[in-house]
Amino acid sequence: MSKNSTGKDIWVLGDYRNYFKNRVTLQILARARALAEKTGGRVCGVVFGHDVGGYTGEYIAHGADRVYVIDHPRLKSYGIETFTNLLIRLARDMNPDIILIGATRFGQEVAPRVAKQLDTGLTADCIDLEIDDKGRLVQIAPSFGGNLIARILTPKARPQMATVRPGTFHELPHDNTAKGEVVTLDLPEDLPAERVRCTHSEYRPAKTLGIEKADIVITGGRGMGSKGKFKKLFDLAGLLNAEVGATRPVVHAGWVGHEALVGQAGKHIRPKVLFSFGISGAIQHTAALMDADFIVAVNKNPDATMMKLADVAIVADANQVCSGIIRALKEKIRD
Amino acid sequence: MENNTLDIIVCIKQVPMVSELPWNSKTGTLKRELAQGMMDPASRLALEAGLRLQRAGQLEDRRIRVTALTMGPPMAEEVLHQAVSLGADHGVLLTDRKMAGADTNLTSFILGRYIRMFKPDTGLVLCGAQTSDSETAQVGPQLACELDFPAIGWASDIRLTQRTLVVTRLVDDFMETLEMDLPGLVTIELGAFVPRYAGLAGVAQAFASPKIDVVDADRLELDRDFNALKDSPTRILDVFSPATQKESRVLKGAAKTVVDKLFTDYGKIISSAMGKDLKKK
Ligand SMILES: Cc1cc2nc3c(=O)[nH]c(=O)nc-3n(C[C@H](O)[C@H](O)[C@H](O)COP(=O)(O)OP(=O)(O)OC[C@H]3O[C@@H](n4cnc5c(N)ncnc54)[C@H](O)[C@@H]3O)c2cc1C
Repeated sequence: MSKNSTGKDIWVLGDYRNYFKNRVTLQILARARALAEKTGGRVCGVVFGHDVGGYTGEYIAHGADRVYVIDHPRLKSYGIETFTNLLIRLARDMNPDIILIGATRFGQEVAPRVAKQLDTGLTADCIDLEIDDKGRLVQIAPSFGGNLIARILTPKARPQMATVRPGTFHELPHDNTAKGEVVTLDLPEDLPAERVRCTHSEYRPAKTLGIEKADIVITGGRGMGSKGKFKKLFDLAGLLNAEVGATRPVVHAGWVGHEALVGQAGKHIRPKVLFSFGISGAIQHTAALMDADFIVAVNKNPDATMMKLADVAIVADANQVCSGIIRALKEKIRD
Repeated sequence: MENNTLDIIVCIKQVPMVSELPWNSKTGTLKRELAQGMMDPASRLALEAGLRLQRAGQLEDRRIRVTALTMGPPMAEEVLHQAVSLGADHGVLLTDRKMAGADTNLTSFILGRYIRMFKPDTGLVLCGAQTSDSETAQVGPQLACELDFPAIGWASDIRLTQRTLVVTRLVDDFMETLEMDLPGLVTIELGAFVPRYAGLAGVAQAFASPKIDVVDADRLELDRDFNALKDSPTRILDVFSPATQKESRVLKGAAKTVVDKLFTDYGKIISSAMGKDLKKK
């Protein structure tokens, strides 16, 4: 393996298995690009797989200066131990300054293993990443259960590592003219056999609820009161041609399925109009809706964070306002 | 692994019960003073998975012992009593000031050290896929590295064969069946099972039983100057509350009044997002 690294590079693990649907690698490349302007390092994609040439080009077109590739039939499907092992070897060999990994399920398995074996820190689910005046990576993540954000450093250990949920950053536009270098590496001969054997794998795309793309989203929280009352949000959604989302306690209580979860652990939304009913506005929830153009929040508590983020903050009972809007809409769209 | 015996360790975390807290119905603020510790929901499912294997083992004349293991402050012993009342054979609490503030790397180090020193014959380690208080999903995979066990994350079902463990999971839109030899480690995803509840008799019995072992830093032979807070590779620089605030327009009053105001002043924005005209009245 070539040893021509400056020790300043920012690596982004290429997670391409769900490409087109899951753009997290491209999103992180965009942020890595911005970070690299400050550190003076290169942005490097790292891709393991078989017949993955298409992705290297994509990564360069989306901000990578260089892409390391190991292309081999043995890497045809994701193998946790194999991919971890390869990433560790490359990192030991080339000393990247930073490794960023998308928090897909796979990324969430790879990242802690790599961090552990490289004896370095790892901040999960960063909502932002910056470079401080000493050139260090500032990992910004929710802390202490929801209402506070922490800025975290890895003072000594290298590489500095972080995971980022899909939807946190915005990808750069595809640039056909972007120039980048593809560095092809050989599969090490002494790669241990994968101890976890996959006997069956089937692509089962989740039924797209469309909440991530919807122009109008209605979210409900614990303030809706009960499962029965929460259902009213679906009536409203029918009238508005909207999708329904929910907070974590609501999902955990079984008022609605997990696919409706909005937040770090769930979906990222960017509607033109968001109606938020009975939601306090914890950072793990709001981190995923900052791209909403116009927010109407209903809460009994005028000081709830969600109310501070709203364009229109309605201080009232969530159920009554929901019913009121339903009634008004029925009149207004009757022809 | 002794033939026909399998030792299972279930790693459990006690977490604060925040999102389950009631709020004050007048002010709408959370009653944080009621916050208590509870068994992390995913850990609870890991325990459930272990107990189901234990039961299946009985039917096949296989002896399966389930030990619940937690690291935490002394009060975390509660979740071990709960685990025993649900059917675990033993509980082990790793507790020491020096362990306080451990990040996931050190947590997995301490858990792994206990298992290697005191339970070297462990055949299977079960963890929750992620805990409700932080959701990093890191301890399971890092403990697997620590023990050098093969590991599978996010399991929605597990089945024991004579020599291997078969796991089903849905990750990143792939439904997978995976198999590994034991010893190994599996993390259990939320929603995998419906957890059992303990009868009152079980609870009383569990609190009376001497099945909980408490282990400190000395017994784990940690370095004399071991200090989880200092030894973490990351440092919290500072903590702040999210500042982004908009100039909100506040509407108050009876539901009918505020809804009318909403449509009078913002009906255009709503109707344009709907792609539909709304009648004035
Ligand atoms: C690691 C981690 C990850 C998390 N990930 C997510 C995530 O992805 N998504 C997510 O949503 N949460 C997540 N959470 C949970 C999050 O921290 C909050 O606990 C959660 O978002 C709160 O949900 P809520 O607003 O419905 O409930 P609460 O915080 O209980 O708020 C209920 C609100 O309803 C109001 N209310 C009560 N009664 C009424 C009424 N009659 N009319 C109007 N208003 C009323 C109250 O004033 C209050 O503001 C996560 C937490 C952690 C620790």
